[in-house]
Amino acid sequence: MTVSVQEVPGVGSEEPVHQEPTGFWRRYIFSVDHKMIGRQYLLLSAAMALVGGFLAYGLRWQLAFPDTWVPGLGFIGPETYNVLITMHGTTMVFFVAMPMLLGGFGNFLIPLMIGARDMAFPRLNMLSFWTIFTGSLVLLASYVVPGGAAAGGWTGYAPLSARPIYTGVNWGLNLWLLAHAIEFASFLMGGVNFLTTAMTMRAPGMTFFRLPLIVWQELTAAVVFLLSVGPLIAGAVMLLMDRIAGTSFFVPAGGGDPLLWQHLFWFFGHPEVYVVLLPAAGLACEVLPVFCRKPLFGYRWIVYSTFAAGILSFIVWAHHMFVSGMDPRLAMPFSITTILISVPFAIMVFAMIATLWGGSIRFATPMLFALGFLAMFICGGLTGIFNGSAPANIPLHGTYFIVAHFHYTLLSGVFFGGFAGLYFWFPKMFGRMLNERLGKVHFWLTLIAFNATFFPMHFLGLAGMVRRISNPLQYPSLEPLQAVNVFITLSAIGLILAQVPFAFNIVRSLRAGEPAPANPWEATTLEWSTASPPPHDNWGETAPAVYRWAYEYSSPDAGEDWLPQDRLLALKP
Amino acid sequence: MMRWLPENISTYGGDIDALLSLIYSLTVFWFFLTLGLIGLFLFLYRRRDGRRAAYVRGERPAEAAWILIPAAIVLVLDLWIDHRGADAWAKVKGHIAPTAYRVRVTGKQFNWEFLYPGPDGKFGTPDDLQLDNELHVPVNQVVHGTLTSKDVIHNFFLPNVRFKQDALPGREVEFWFQATKPGKYEIPCAELCGFGHSGMNGTLIVHTPEDYQQWVKERWPSQ
Amino acid sequence: MEAIATLPGAAAAHRGKVGIWWFLASEIMVFGGLIASYIISRMGGPGWEAEAHHLSVPLASLNTLILLTSSLTMVLACAAAERRDLGGVRTYLLCTIVLGLAFLGIKAFEYSGKIAAGILPGSAPFWSFYYTMTGLHGLHVLAGIVVNTLFFLGAAKVVRHPHRVEMGGLYWHFVDVVWIFLFPLLYLA
Repeated sequence: MTVSVQEVPGVGSEEPVHQEPTGFWRRYIFSVDHKMIGRQYLLLSAAMALVGGFLAYGLRWQLAFPDTWVPGLGFIGPETYNVLITMHGTTMVFFVAMPMLLGGFGNFLIPLMIGARDMAFPRLNMLSFWTIFTGSLVLLASYVVPGGAAAGGWTGYAPLSARPIYTGVNWGLNLWLLAHAIEFASFLMGGVNFLTTAMTMRAPGMTFFRLPLIVWQELTAAVVFLLSVGPLIAGAVMLLMDRIAGTSFFVPAGGGDPLLWQHLFWFFGHPEVYVVLLPAAGLACEVLPVFCRKPLFGYRWIVYSTFAAGILSFIVWAHHMFVSGMDPRLAMPFSITTILISVPFAIMVFAMIATLWGGSIRFATPMLFALGFLAMFICGGLTGIFNGSAPANIPLHGTYFIVAHFHYTLLSGVFFGGFAGLYFWFPKMFGRMLNERLGKVHFWLTLIAFNATFFPMHFLGLAGMVRRISNPLQYPSLEPLQAVNVFITLSAIGLILAQVPFAFNIVRSLRAGEPAPANPWEATTLEWSTASPPPHDNWGETAPAVYRWAYEYSSPDAGEDWLPQDRLLALKP
Repeated sequence: MMRWLPENISTYGGDIDALLSLIYSLTVFWFFLTLGLIGLFLFLYRRRDGRRAAYVRGERPAEAAWILIPAAIVLVLDLWIDHRGADAWAKVKGHIAPTAYRVRVTGKQFNWEFLYPGPDGKFGTPDDLQLDNELHVPVNQVVHGTLTSKDVIHNFFLPNVRFKQDALPGREVEFWFQATKPGKYEIPCAELCGFGHSGMNGTLIVHTPEDYQQWVKERWPSQ
Repeated sequence: MEAIATLPGAAAAHRGKVGIWWFLASEIMVFGGLIASYIISRMGGPGWEAEAHHLSVPLASLNTLILLTSSLTMVLACAAAERRDLGGVRTYLLCTIVLGLAFLGIKAFEYSGKIAAGILPGSAPFWSFYYTMTGLHGLHVLAGIVVNTLFFLGAAKVVRHPHRVEMGGLYWHFVDVVWIFLFPLLYLA
């Protein structure tokens, strides 16, 4: 009898991945448990959101009431203003949106949703969190070094960023670059973990097309990030060399080319926005079927659209550079690729709308936020059509129209998609229910304040208000519009205050919220088949086996209006 | 929406505005269609006792058509926008008609330098004149500019002309426009260029033919 | 009749390899970005050949040979690990480490010679790219040496989990392949 030895990839590992930790440090600080790490990422993103939100408050106050004393900040001169807008963008994109949507939800959900006991590399996972934590500290440190923090815009265009003399910022910008390098490393570690885990540790029966959509979105985001960040890492090294080693990669006086930086930045920068957007859309797509009691419409088509969007995201980047001085003949090809990328997102939007048709809709807080995401993202996507057409871009580039566009597309993801996810999975993460009434108050206040803040920016942009100016009153054509700026600022402050009910809800529910059952929403995906919160090894004695796709709601084959993925039915196949 | 745009005083501004209008019409259509359907469905399909949701997966072609056909319509309309846009882009960024009215524009931290060739029409001669932040042009004439920067990237933005172009150090970009109405208009810098970016704002002065002659006489009295 | 058994570490080995391949994909994009920038900048900038003549092709050829040989010794180390040959693992890892150090030593010699002659990263665009590309590559070689040293010191463990040194081998081969690109682009073009 011959014995052949083979590897059996794809089988959920039955060996215990790691022992249950004892003691405060191993349990809460240096944890290798993906659930704890996911919560740590959420906490980090919440803390950095306070920083980013404070920066937004400061810059908006200066815009509405120029050269007045800003409560909590003092007088903001133009140098400080440039720091505020730079660090607001950097903080929000890299230290709030990404840790929340990828590090937080990705880490917490992926192993649970695929039926694994943890990620493929738990210690690498822990390292990834502490890496971005370190990066956050480096970014915060940049505020206190001589010369202050980075002030070249979150896009850091050269030569402004390449020579300290142009901004007056020295170590602040170097630390800014270092913070980026560190957080890139963190997300690379995370991406490797997500992809390896999903490829090799799915439970028996969990084929790829039975994965919940959010898992597809996280995986696509991981691949897109992994493959797009390299050139910017190269560019960041080159920019650092320009700043400290006397090179001139991006400085024409020394033989360099400022446009090279822009190409390297946006080659990553554009895919990056989809890295943020796709998980956010995924969160909304998970919530909709549950509260419509109806399958996610066109799941397969949404998956294909996700692939298409991911691939196309690599060939649209120069739509940020139509008026940059690059060869004008490149404008039409990039306009076309940009217009093409609207198609997969149109499919996703239409599929989400079609999910509502014929449903049995309940308006719980997670559902409200998911609907809010859908509506706000539609607005943001539509303004993208203006920006993506090269000649239409001419009057709009560098104005507040663009600011409106990216807040409607990105912040809708972070706020509405993120909150949909938080309200939905809070019971699973923390074993407590959040208060519904406070949730609804939070939703309506946020929705109103969000639109009040960002919708008027479209008009300011059309009127010609350019970005990154600290005092609109310096422009005669903008003086009559100052009331709009004041309105936006007051709405922005309202948007920040609208988060207070949410914070209060979280704190109170963590301590005294109603204990959560395993499956309060009667949802079908695997994480709801285990306790709230799940035990250390996620499943106890037996890991689940999967018999169907993730959205079996109101199936004619079942009495109840939901059928979990891991419930065996002794029925016809 | 269009009323928010600054007054258009350029020959190609109309093309840009027409494109903006077209896109606006299409996006408003999609906006009301999608949000209208969402609102309608939320109302029609809210939970009611005794009614179960429809089990529709949307993956079979007959069902998927409901999302794929609208997506195809989106694609066709988008391509139409690009088709219309190609002409507008070529006009603005393409061939520059020959003209006697030349100017060199240099962005620097933190103003615009305009170099006029003077009556001899040539740069690099003694009658060249540099003015800060004042771009004087005659109405209804093609103006051919050469744009560059002395230090960092600036952006030369003529809102009323619907023209915008980054000014790059070490590179010269040729551009043109033709103003159709006399008056004074702003030239904000539209790319973050340092602590003086806010307030970096020049003035475009479009002269009637008589006023332009007058300005030339004042600036170059001996000629 | 066949019985099929799964080695206890088989799943972990598979996961490790999948992981390292994704990591290498991201690293390809890093060096790809640098190399593409170099090629495009060079195509637009005349006179770079003149600068490149200051480089020593024989020395770099020797370095190429060293690195290629180190890849061979790395493969032999992996094979030894599969065979549970502790002595072989130690020997071949040591060879790889020494060869890696030799590579870095020659690079250090090159750098110091250039710096002494006043050729610095800021001296010309060619040198900016030369120092940045070979410097970043050198850092990756150093990281590989560190990892191999850890394997060497923990050889007994490596022999029980041979997939780890195989993962290290994949990384080391990648570092070698990057040099195979850098060498002609910088020294021979």
